[in-house]
Amino acid sequence: MRKLFLTLATAVITASLSNVPVLAAGGGDVVLRQADWSFSGPFGTFDKASMQRGFQAYTEVCAGCHSMNYIAFRNLADLGYNEAEIKAIAAEYEVVDGPNDEGEMFTRNGIPADRIPAPYPNELAARAANNGAYPPDLSLIVKARANGADYLYSLLTSYQDAPAGTAVPEGMYYNAAYSGHMIAMPQPLYGDDVEYADGADTSMDAVAKDLVNFMAWTAEPALEERKRTGVAVMIFLVLLSGLSFGAMRFIWADVKKTGA
Amino acid sequence: MSANQFQNPVVRWIDHRLPIFSFLNHEATEYPTPKNLNYFWNFGSLAGISLVIMIITGIVLSMNYTAHVDYAFDSVERIMRDVNHGWLLRYIHMNGASFFFIVVFIHIFRGLYYGSYKAPRELLWMLGVVILLLMMATAFMGYVLPFVIVGVVILHLVALHRFGSNNPLGIDTRGPQDTIPFHPYYTIKDFFGLSVFLTFFAAAVFFFPNFMGHPDNYIPANALQTPAHIVPEWYFLPFYAILRAVPDKLGGVLAMFGAIAVLFILPWLDRSPVRSGRFRPIFKIFFWVFFADCLVLGYVGAMPAEGIYLVIGRVATVWYFLHFLLILPILSVAETPRPLPQSISTPVFGGSGAMAGASAAPKRKVE
Repeated sequence: MRKLFLTLATAVITASLSNVPVLAAGGGDVVLRQADWSFSGPFGTFDKASMQRGFQAYTEVCAGCHSMNYIAFRNLADLGYNEAEIKAIAAEYEVVDGPNDEGEMFTRNGIPADRIPAPYPNELAARAANNGAYPPDLSLIVKARANGADYLYSLLTSYQDAPAGTAVPEGMYYNAAYSGHMIAMPQPLYGDDVEYADGADTSMDAVAKDLVNFMAWTAEPALEERKRTGVAVMIFLVLLSGLSFGAMRFIWADVKKTGA
Repeated sequence: MSANQFQNPVVRWIDHRLPIFSFLNHEATEYPTPKNLNYFWNFGSLAGISLVIMIITGIVLSMNYTAHVDYAFDSVERIMRDVNHGWLLRYIHMNGASFFFIVVFIHIFRGLYYGSYKAPRELLWMLGVVILLLMMATAFMGYVLPFVIVGVVILHLVALHRFGSNNPLGIDTRGPQDTIPFHPYYTIKDFFGLSVFLTFFAAAVFFFPNFMGHPDNYIPANALQTPAHIVPEWYFLPFYAILRAVPDKLGGVLAMFGAIAVLFILPWLDRSPVRSGRFRPIFKIFFWVFFADCLVLGYVGAMPAEGIYLVIGRVATVWYFLHFLLILPILSVAETPRPLPQSISTPVFGGSGAMAGASAAPKRKVE
């Protein structure tokens, strides 16, 4: 019976693993570059300094086209900013509010409760400004792509000249990490695109990692709490399993003894 | 049991008028259960607990969810970000669906192997198939069906308690020496099983919450742009493969529902008087071939519907139905089963009866 159980368990695990190629479907001949992310693994945490740099890079490089609709300024506390800093960051933005007493919409400076304003009022405006392509919202992008962190890191660093004989259409760019290789987004990072206050590396590779660290957080702000809770829960459940196994053996002792 | 067996006067007063405590005592405490059940019999209670987990998390999630095409996605993200422990509720519910199906699939294959669908448990089996059908339907249209499932589960339990559990030997219990009271023996065994189940479940919820999902679920639905490959949740994949194997829309749908419908008539397709696959050497081989066939269907369902996958899917679909409609009826008459043991206690006790746990078992007739 133990053999049967093991066979079943193996089969179930194999069956669930067979899903993996599906989850990664759409990659085709794409080989992703892999990095060692601080947030991966059961004890993973976010790299706050890198996230702050990533937020800066997002603001200066990406935010011209890509929205971050699910992130409010108050959420930036997770990056290590204090309340005064968050108020200052929010105040740099103009936010449309209203209607006021006269029924008119008006603009005011942002406050921590505001979401980060989107670059375009709607999808059609975004498409009109971007040659028909729609720059997707980046809040969830790490979870919305297979192997999201490695994928985005690869995408940001894999622009290159098209191989000889490959025609790149007008308004498209060649990216080795993109499915089909023809992407409408122009190369965003060239190296030294931003100037970091902490003097950190501003090479294309380093900034791409900062951006991914930031976007991993926007996709899953509760990740640290989840993993922290999970470690405690796992310890509890393993102990509970051991104790209940002992209790079962104790209670069943008379049945087993008479049976043996 | 008479009411005056209870010590507490309040309990005695209530039980005399509404015998709820007698009922619980009868059906959950002294309920005579075969003493030789293996760990596969844990999955029934695990399925019940999974259902409870799904209903509780589902109700709490629905308090924060907005069931509207324009707001659903945003409301889920609000649950993930702004609702207290909303991420935990959603990940429990999300992975709970997968674990519910894992548990139920093991429960079903256990029934198939040990012949738990055979007389006198045909209706018990058929109610279980109804539950499977409703579970699948819930994935597409929710909200009321969970409570319909609860109703059918109650009927399933009533039917179970009519004749008691089947067992790995597949032979009837012959008296108190073959059974032990459900409590404490199977309550503690189910509790241990639950602890192990929750350990796996928690590992998924806290460390791989999106492993059994799809990245596409984090992209707002767009009616004008379908994904390149449409792939259902993993637990639908075998049925999805059957749907796609038939080169005709209506035929595919009929085959897919037929794959479930054939389970309803299984008790009358497999006429072998021997329940347990343990004593059916040829059946046992075909059982594992069928099990492999279901895995193949699941794999093919995840692959693009083209080329070799379509061919494999068609062969596996044909085999799925052949197993039920041809192989099982033929085996019923063609196979010579191995000799059955006299009783559950015989192989263990060399024929003589009494044992410690059984003395508390009631003299209820169990056929």
